[in-house]
Amino acid sequence: METQESYPLDVESIRADFPVLERKVGGDPTVAGEGDGDDVPLVYLDNAATSQTPKRVVEAIVDYYYEYNANVHRGIHHLSQEASVAYEEAHDRVADFVGASGGREEVVFTNNTTEAENLVARSWGLNELGPEDSIVLTEMEHHASLVTWQQVGKKTGAEVRYIRTEEDGTLDMDHAADLIDETTEMVSVVHVSNTLGTVNPVAELADLAHEQDAYIFVDAAQSVPNRSVDVEAMDADFLAFSGHKMCGPTGIGALYGKRAILEELEPFNYGGGHVRKVTYEDATWEDLPWKFEAGTPNISGGIALAEAVDYLEDIGMDRIQRHEELLTEYAYDRLSEFDDIEIYGPPGDQRGGLVSFNLDGVHSHDLSSILSDQGIAIRAGDHCTQPLHDKLGIPASTRASFYLYNTREEVDALVEGVDEARELFA
Amino acid sequence: MGSDMYRQQILDHYKNPRNYGELDDATFSHVGENPSCGDTIRMDVRLEDDDETIEYVAFSGDGCAISQASASMLSSKLQGLTLDELAELDRDDVVDMLGVDISPMRIKCAVLAEKVAQDGAKIYREDLDIDATTTEE
Repeated sequence: METQESYPLDVESIRADFPVLERKVGGDPTVAGEGDGDDVPLVYLDNAATSQTPKRVVEAIVDYYYEYNANVHRGIHHLSQEASVAYEEAHDRVADFVGASGGREEVVFTNNTTEAENLVARSWGLNELGPEDSIVLTEMEHHASLVTWQQVGKKTGAEVRYIRTEEDGTLDMDHAADLIDETTEMVSVVHVSNTLGTVNPVAELADLAHEQDAYIFVDAAQSVPNRSVDVEAMDADFLAFSGHKMCGPTGIGALYGKRAILEELEPFNYGGGHVRKVTYEDATWEDLPWKFEAGTPNISGGIALAEAVDYLEDIGMDRIQRHEELLTEYAYDRLSEFDDIEIYGPPGDQRGGLVSFNLDGVHSHDLSSILSDQGIAIRAGDHCTQPLHDKLGIPASTRASFYLYNTREEVDALVEGVDEARELFA
Repeated sequence: MGSDMYRQQILDHYKNPRNYGELDDATFSHVGENPSCGDTIRMDVRLEDDDETIEYVAFSGDGCAISQASASMLSSKLQGLTLDELAELDRDDVVDMLGVDISPMRIKCAVLAEKVAQDGAKIYREDLDIDATTTEE
């Protein structure tokens, strides 16, 4: 098909980097016609939940454990030096990836986006906020941000406000301008919605926040993996993302923070490895970013995250973004052909790489089970945005999310799978 | 696993639920939900004069095919059982009743109705004090 030509990535060679994409799944050996129980090619469309891992990222982990496994910042010995340098440099590579000119001092490695939110909530929010203050979120926040700031609100008395989501899945920016006022100290917003696919105007929201001397925290878990993100261009005070959604391993993520702000914050975890001088009475903290990395960190994870960053940069973030956009638009158009499918969020050409929908008369968990039989992995449920689902008036939805290794043929398989569910439930 | 879960019997009970509705003269009623799926089930149970034997069960609710078919089948199966026999039912009995393999991710859907009926009976006998059953531990 000639439209394939306009796709900017050589998907076939990219797929060869991901061994898991070759495997087969599903099928029930006890059911006639379903084969030997291991005979359906995997169609992996659950990338917004977690992405698959290319060989070179796994090899970076193996290299660390086979060649230079040692604790960082502690030993004088050779292996510790190698590990320390690799782990520290990983911070620089990740900082560079998101446009943080301050390098490692502006990037703290965390477990994931959730922990980054909690770091700021505890180091700053619990210490600085009170009943006279407000925190502004969006109605489409992921629980990582929503639940965290909601709890900060409960503990400090700060009011939590939500910017309305319009019918078309975009933010009501007039409402945002109303809500963000002189009481506002924090605006925490999701960059790309993991449910609606909306790409929010974070630079504009940063301006609104800064006009009121509030901080802006950008949840970039669904944007850093698939587009060029520049923290300085958007003027984010904080920005967080997770390694496992961007070809990295689980258990590693990053918090970007402006250096001047991070310098003022207290650690949120205490212990070894982040201290300079300790007496029986008191302790002083290490330099940035180590001040926030108490205890032995996820060394191999940090090194592997940097390897994932290199992998993505070698392919090119703009090309990855374009590939995802084309696939998403195709999926949106194909699913839109059916009257019994409701799609949530903005039009197909104005969204991040995912499509959430419901098939009339079939619960998303049933649909997910039926698709799974055909080897198709999608997400069913509330996608950690329960209040948004309540607002939409649905208990759950089905989400297909794409990445650099997905193809139009896989979208076709999804549409055929949905058709099978439709027939089964007819 | 898989399509196996959606054999004709399950789909039939989902599309044509038995004993669907609410009872005006229920001896006890109880509700429950499975938060991960958003499934909800209400079970209305009417006991015979011995205050022990289940005479009739009606259910209502909303959710995935597995949860609703399981409630439909269970509502028939419970009729004639005693509350002690209801208390003794376990996960395997539900899976046997459904007649299909239930994948681990979906077992909560399958057992919701059973848990609601059992908790309802316990509350009636004052062995339990909760407002609603949930499949989350």
